Order: sequence, then structure tokens, then C-alpha cells
Amino acid sequence: MNSLKAVHKLGLIIFIIGFALFLSMFFLGEYELKEDQLIENIGKDKYELIQEPIQTVLSTTYNSQFTFISELKNAFSAANDKLKSYYEISSDKASEIAALSENNTYKADYINKSFSESSEISDWQLNQMKSYTSWMEGRSYESKEALQKELEGVIANVNASIIGNKGFSNETIKNTTFSLIKKADVGTVATNPWMWLFLAILLPIIGSALYLLPRLKLQKPGIKNDGTFHNALKSRGWLGMLVGAFLITFYIFLYFYPSYMISWVQMVDPVSLLLSGNPASQWFLYGFLYTLAILVMGVRMILKYRHSKYQMIRTASVMFFQLGFAFLIPEILVRLNQPSMDFKNMWPLDYSFFFEYRLDNLLENGTLGIFMLGWGIALFVLGVPIFTYLYGKRWYCSWVCGCGGLAETLGDPYRQLSDKSLKAWKFERISIHSVLVFAVVMTIGVLYTYFSGSSTLAGLNTYDIRAAYGFGIGAVFSGVVGTGFYPFMGNRVWCRFGCPLAAYLGLVQRFKSRFRITTNGGQCISCGNCSTYCEMGIDVRWYAQRGQNIVRSSCVGCGVCSSVCPRGVLNLENKDPKGRLNQPSLLGNDSFGVNN
Amino acid sequence: MRKIVIVGNGISGITAARHIRKLSDDEILIVSSETEYFFSRTALMYIYMGHMKFEHTKPYEDFFWGKNKIDLLQDYVNKIDFEGKSLSTRKSGEIQYDKLILAVGSKPNKFGWPGQDLEGVQGLYSYQDLKTMEALSSTTKHAVIVGGGLIGIEMGEMFHSRGIEVTFLVRESDFWNNVLPPEEAAMVSRHIKSRGFNLILESELERINDDGNGRVGSVKTKEGKTIECQFVGLTVGVSPNVDFLMNSFLDIKRGIKVNEFFETNMPNVYAIGDCAEFETAPASDRKNIEQVWYTGRMHGETLAQTICGNKTAYKPGMWFNSAKFLDIEYQVYGQVGNQPMDEEEHIYWEHPKGEKSIRLIFNESDGTLKGINLMGIRYRHEVVEKMIRDKWDKKKVMSKLKHANFDPEFFERYEEELIKIYNERYPDDKVKSSKSKIFGIFNL
Repeated sequence: MNSLKAVHKLGLIIFIIGFALFLSMFFLGEYELKEDQLIENIGKDKYELIQEPIQTVLSTTYNSQFTFISELKNAFSAANDKLKSYYEISSDKASEIAALSENNTYKADYINKSFSESSEISDWQLNQMKSYTSWMEGRSYESKEALQKELEGVIANVNASIIGNKGFSNETIKNTTFSLIKKADVGTVATNPWMWLFLAILLPIIGSALYLLPRLKLQKPGIKNDGTFHNALKSRGWLGMLVGAFLITFYIFLYFYPSYMISWVQMVDPVSLLLSGNPASQWFLYGFLYTLAILVMGVRMILKYRHSKYQMIRTASVMFFQLGFAFLIPEILVRLNQPSMDFKNMWPLDYSFFFEYRLDNLLENGTLGIFMLGWGIALFVLGVPIFTYLYGKRWYCSWVCGCGGLAETLGDPYRQLSDKSLKAWKFERISIHSVLVFAVVMTIGVLYTYFSGSSTLAGLNTYDIRAAYGFGIGAVFSGVVGTGFYPFMGNRVWCRFGCPLAAYLGLVQRFKSRFRITTNGGQCISCGNCSTYCEMGIDVRWYAQRGQNIVRSSCVGCGVCSSVCPRGVLNLENKDPKGRLNQPSLLGNDSFGVNN
Repeated sequence: MRKIVIVGNGISGITAARHIRKLSDDEILIVSSETEYFFSRTALMYIYMGHMKFEHTKPYEDFFWGKNKIDLLQDYVNKIDFEGKSLSTRKSGEIQYDKLILAVGSKPNKFGWPGQDLEGVQGLYSYQDLKTMEALSSTTKHAVIVGGGLIGIEMGEMFHSRGIEVTFLVRESDFWNNVLPPEEAAMVSRHIKSRGFNLILESELERINDDGNGRVGSVKTKEGKTIECQFVGLTVGVSPNVDFLMNSFLDIKRGIKVNEFFETNMPNVYAIGDCAEFETAPASDRKNIEQVWYTGRMHGETLAQTICGNKTAYKPGMWFNSAKFLDIEYQVYGQVGNQPMDEEEHIYWEHPKGEKSIRLIFNESDGTLKGINLMGIRYRHEVVEKMIRDKWDKKKVMSKLKHANFDPEFFERYEEELIKIYNERYPDDKVKSSKSKIFGIFNL
């Protein structure tokens, strides 16, 4: 026993060392950008533009990615400024052209006259002006001043297009920076990725195993929530705050500043090469860590609930779907030169499913691509109503889904932190259904644009809508808040307040399903364990103490209420929909018919 | 509009208040000195063990009471003037009532042991008890729990969760075998020992010794054994908390005497829950004082009918109860005695690992089901009640037994084992065993 306890402690120490090494890697990069790397990446033409401002970067070795990236960006913007000064059209041209006009009517011919000089720059200006004024051809204006004003606007637009056309747009800078810093990195992680995989990944895994496995002997099976609310990690104590801060920071870097976490990406490069044959991106790193988190914490979950076969099988299921469907199969598909796809991900959670680049990708890839498209549509058109009718939304949310998988494993220590108040429920209903409406509207816009070619629907730019969704919902809500807030608001923040698929599944579950949590007669003692450990913040006790079944759209069927109930009151069941929404009544009192 | 005053905010008083509110517009005031808001007494142990915080044990959010116009007053009732229909309270002066409901609960029994009032000697009933237990824990290395019952096992589990050594001092030959049948009581005893507790059976407390500073330092058993400890949990039952009502006109024996309508001898005064003592037991298998969460709730809901004009006698249904002994859940339905009786036939199955069992008890005379006792397995209240109430015979019970199972999906089912026992006993009248489905979740 004592030696097992020592192993348990040793495991924790090893994990902490490994995790500290993982964190330290963030600062271990060394960056030396070579001229040929730069040329290879941006091409000879563009290199000429940046050649001068980039010289200091090329001749310096950086120890901090922050300085490196900031100087790289300075060079890009210097190049952009220079470019702008070459190609910019003076606003004086507006009055010049206007002066040429007859009867204040515009003709393209004036432009030819005005940009008569023959040079690369002048030719570009001429072409841009022509294409930007094509709609003005033959149009008459009230006065010369009006025409001139119109032209001034056109010139401003043309000037604004210079960087996008000739220079480095923000998007280009972001992508180029990421691939440049990856190439320029000559630090220890970049040169010894396997060693760092061992130190920062395998070591924490070994530590976790040593920490967790002795529980098989040290702890008897059964509900083990002793000390949950005395624990700094699980009750919003200092440790919870630290973990939350780390998660939030990680997500912010991942979504908005991936270049800064290049060391971590370098570390998983060999794994990515092994699987798909491609170098790792930040998304590969994310998928890799995500899968590991589900696997390691899944083992913990199984050990913790090993008295309950339901919990063990359910946890094994989410581990299987994450490892196979979300992580390995998509990588293998890429290796086989097929379109990558997570076969269990589903619109509207997978909100970019109908984006044109993905549709085109599927449509260009023969039978498999068409099958994937059909599969993706069938999942939410047929799969959701059929399976939710039979088993409730749990078939997806707590058995298959990746977000659910993370919540049920990595997030299990925080399930008791969800808000059970009526206020929270009211807010939840508004927020989650709003996101569903948002997702539907966004997708309608995307498909409209795809089929009609017009980017405007009902006065709204469909690209703006999807950008807003991607930023607000895709990145901030589901990532930064959804996972980062585990230690503050429980492990289902995203699933409860934001997931549009959960909202859709929930509507089916609420109105047309065989699933319910049955309350066992009059056995409830109102202790509150069920409500406390409900990750979705359902006040389970409210129903149980009235003898009423629990039928709630948000219930993901994790089964923990049933597990923690000390009196055997709750049971997840699929049965005849009749009698599902029963009248609240308690058994045991024959004095009169008791309705609560 | 009448003014209904309820003393005590436990499950009985609160249930009465909620049901009166559903049925009438009367003014309702609940007075309690224990806590501001209703909490679930059954969950005290979970607060201590860190499964929950106090706020989680409140079954209703704080706004509930205002919204439902149920007034709450945290105060202590010193005296009741039944003639003048008023209460005198410690802080809020006199309170008049039209109807008074006494739901004042119990207090832990103390049987006059020397040293029983030392610091570190207490029961576990109220929120205040929890507070003192918490305060003493940091200076407790060893706790002795006197009495082998449901509160005792809770107290033991609480200390154990903090790494405090626990010794049970139990008068009976097995834990709670004055209620549980022998095999089940033996199972609980085994389980307690296997979880690292000291269990001393057939032993009684003689005295509690001072450590020299007014706190308990050790206990001495009647068998002459001295056990060093810093805490003594007294869990040898509870008795009605009626001391403050003594020397009044209220008829009190052990509890407040009531008839089947919960009426006391004073007009417009009722008593429910742990503190009420029925003149005649409400049913043949019931006691005159009922001290269970469920009965408290039923008293409250029944009295609400009477108070709101539908005079209703208390008629409890089939007996049921539940508890948890560390990791073993316990459920009972119907009549299960601690010793098999002559006119009974028992079908008992126990899991080889010895932490699960099912006991079916039939009336020998007509073969009908009398009661079911379950350890580590959950059964469905509704189905078992139907089986007993509708007087199902043995064979019908056996063939439909699997419908009574309430364990979660994928859990192993053991009804086949009972059928096997039955079929061996009655080879000429076998029950067909229907194969249990493997994946419960895939049953359509």
C-alpha cells in the first residue's frame, strides 16, 4: 500500500516536471531566417520589395519569437509602404479626368488619356481605374464637381487595393509568418523534436499513468467525490484559476497568434509527417493534444467510475471516436490523397461544412468525395432525428462528439461548477437557440452565395456573416470560452450555452424521443448530489423530489446523476414515449392521491 | 385568511407549507432557529465530505419562498401559549397564530452515560451538529461511533473521508441486524471492515472519560476495553425534540400525541414528522413514532389536506426505505423483518463477491409477495409496489422480476440467479427464464 502511494506521488511529480518542460518549450525557440528560405516562400518578385527592410532580420539570430515576429512584420509593412508609394494614384487625377469630360458625362477614354505614360506602374493603374469605373461608363453627372467626387472615391478604392494585389495582405503576412518562423527555427525543439516529444509529452503521460493506476488498489470502486469542494482545482481555487488561465491563453494563441507557439508545433512535426506525410500545423498540434487529453483523462474517468459499466463503456466510446474518427482517419485520408474528413463531425457544429472550399474539395474528389458529402448531410438530416428519437441526444453528445468527449474526460473534475439557477437556465435557452439561428442564417447565406455567385443576401454580405460566426462562435465561444472556462463554469459551457448542434438535438429530444431519466417512485431524499454533479446545470432534484421524470432538452445523458445518487432514484431509459412526461407524483402515501 | 405558523423547517414542515400554499391563500410563516432556508438534512454528510457545499443542499432557490409567499423567520421558540394562540420567540417577540403546526424534529439519544456531555461527544442531526463536528475534526485522530445504524455509518464515513481512524461500537452481533436480515447485516459488517474501519460488535459503552481539559479522551466499554479517542459519535437513535414544550397543556408522552389527523389535544395545533407520536400506529407494520425522511414528507402533505378543508386521515402506503452503507446501496420494499418468520418463504441470492444481494419474501399461506430487500442493486418502486399491492403469486413475481430491476444500462442483471433458485426448489413448476438482452441501450 505504502509503495503504491509513493508511486502515486512520484507520478504527480513526473507529470509536473513534464508539464513544466512543455511550458518551457514556448521560450526555447531560436530563429535565423535565411534569404533562400524567404525567397522560396514569397517568390523572387516579392522578395525584391522586402529585400531592403528585411536585411537586419536576415542577419540576426533571435531568441524570442516576439521580437522575431515583430521585426518580420515591420519589414512586411515597410515593403507595403514602399509599394504603396509606387502605385498610389494621386487624388489630383480626379480633377484632371473630370476636366476632360464633356457634358459631365464619364467615358473610359478619359482614363486612357490621363494614364498615357507607358510603364508597369502606369499600366496597372490604368487597368485598375478602368475596371473600377466600368459601371460609370456613359453616366452623366450634375456637375464637374460631382464627377470629380465620384472619381476621388474610385481612386481611394484603387489605392486600397494595392496591398492586396501587389503586396502583403494581413492574411498573407499571418500565413507567411507562420511558415517562415517554422523554417527559421533552429532551436533545440526544432532540431530534436523526438527528444522533446519524450520530455514534454511522453513524460507527462508516464506521470499520469503512475499517478492514476495505483488507484486500482488504493481506492475501492464506488463514487469518489470526497474533498471535491475542498480541492483548489475543482472548486475555483488558486489551482483552478491557473489551469483556466493556461487554457484561455493557449486558445488565444492557437486561434489568433499561432506563430508564437511554433516550438510546440515543431515538436509534433515528426508525428504529422509519419501520419499524413505533411508537416504539422497548429491544428495538428491541437488535434494531437486534444486526443491525448481525452485518452489520458479517459483512463482516469474509467478508473473513477469503474463500478459503473455505463460510464466505462461510454468513456471508451468517446475515446474511440476521438482517436479513430477525429484524429487518425482524417490524417490517413490525407496520406491517401483523399479529402480529409471527420466522419462523426456534423453540421451545424461543423459550421464550415457548406463553405465553398469544402464543397468544391468534396465535389472534385470523385465517388469518395460525393459519398462524404452525402454522409455529412445524412448525419444531420436522418441521423439526428432517428437516433435522438431512439436514445436521446446522448447518442451524440456524450458517446461520440469530440467536444463532449473532452468535456467528459478532461472536464470531469469540473462538472460540479455549472450554474444550476433558474436564471442560468433562462439565459441558456436564449443563448443556445440564438446560436442555432445564427448558424442556420449563416449557412443559408453561404449556400446562396455558392449557387448564385452573389455575395449579398437581403442587404447583408454573406462573407461578413461567416467571418463574424467564425470569430465569435467558432473561435471565441467554442474554444476560448468553451474550454478555457472549464475550471470556472463547468465542463459544458459550450455545449450548454452555445453549441448549435446541441440545440438541434435538444429540440428533438424534448419533443420527440423515447429517452428520459426516470425517477424511482418516492425514494428521493432531496440530497442534491444529482443537481450538483449535473454538468449541464439541470436541477435534477427539482424533478426527482416530486417523483417526476426528467425530460430536458439540454440533458446529454452522461448518467452521472444516476451514478452519484445514493438512493438509486435515477435511471436513464429509452421507453415508450407515452408516460414519459408523467404527472409529478410520489409513491408511498395512500392517504390521498398526491400530486406534487 | 388564516395565519398558519409552522415551527421547524425540516422536510415535514416545509412539505406542509408547500402543499398548504398550493391549496389556499392562507398566510404561512415558518419559524426555525436552525437555518435561514430549508436544506436537506440527509445531505449533511456530503457537505462535510466535500461532495457539496451547503448551498447545494437547499432544494429550493432562495427566491422560491418569497415568490410563493411563504414567510421565513430564523428564530427560536421559547414557549407556546396555547390558550392565547401565540408563540414567544427569542428575538421577534410574540407571534399569533390561527393554526399551529409543530414539526420540531428530534434530538440524538443520550442514555445517561458518564461523560456524555463532554466536548467532542455529540450526535449528527442538525446543521449545528455538523458545524461542531467540523470544528473538532482537525484535532481528532480517532473517533468512536457508538451505535450501528444509519446515522452511525454516515458519521463513520465522514471521518474516514478525512483520514481519521474510526471505531464502531455496536451492541448487536452484526451491523444494524435489529433491522436487516442476518445475511445482509453480515454483508454490511464485512463491508465496513474491508473499507478499513474498526468494528467492535456485541459491545456497549460504559463511560466516556475526560482528557483533563473537558474534552473526551477515551471511552470504556462494558467489556472493560478502553479506547483512546478525541470524538464520540452518539448514534443510538433519536427522540422527539419536545423539551421546550414540557410543562404545557400539550399532551406529550415520548412525542407529541396525535391522532390519525395529526391533531394534538389542543385545538388548532398539529404535530408532524419525527416529533409526533400516534395514539395508535398508522399501520400494523408501522411504529407510533416515524422518524424517516419519507414519512416526514407524507405527514406534511397529508396534514396540508386537513388544514385546507379536506380532512384526511394519515394512511401510509407500502413501506419502503433506502440508505447507503459506504459503497453498498440498500433498498427495501414491503415487509422485511430482521429474522425470517414461520409463515414466510425467502428466496435469497447473494453475489459471490458478497456486496450484492436480493431477498424476496413470500407469504407461505397464499404465495403472495410480502417484501423485497436489496443490497447493491436498485429496484423499481412502482413495479414492486404493484407486485405487492396486487398480491402477485410467487410464480408471476419470478417470471416478471426483471421488470423490477432499476439498475443502469449495461449493468449485470441477476434475476436469472433467483429464477434458478426458484426452479431448483420447484422443479415441477419451473419458471421459464427469458434471456436478458446484452445491450440494454439497444432494446427497441
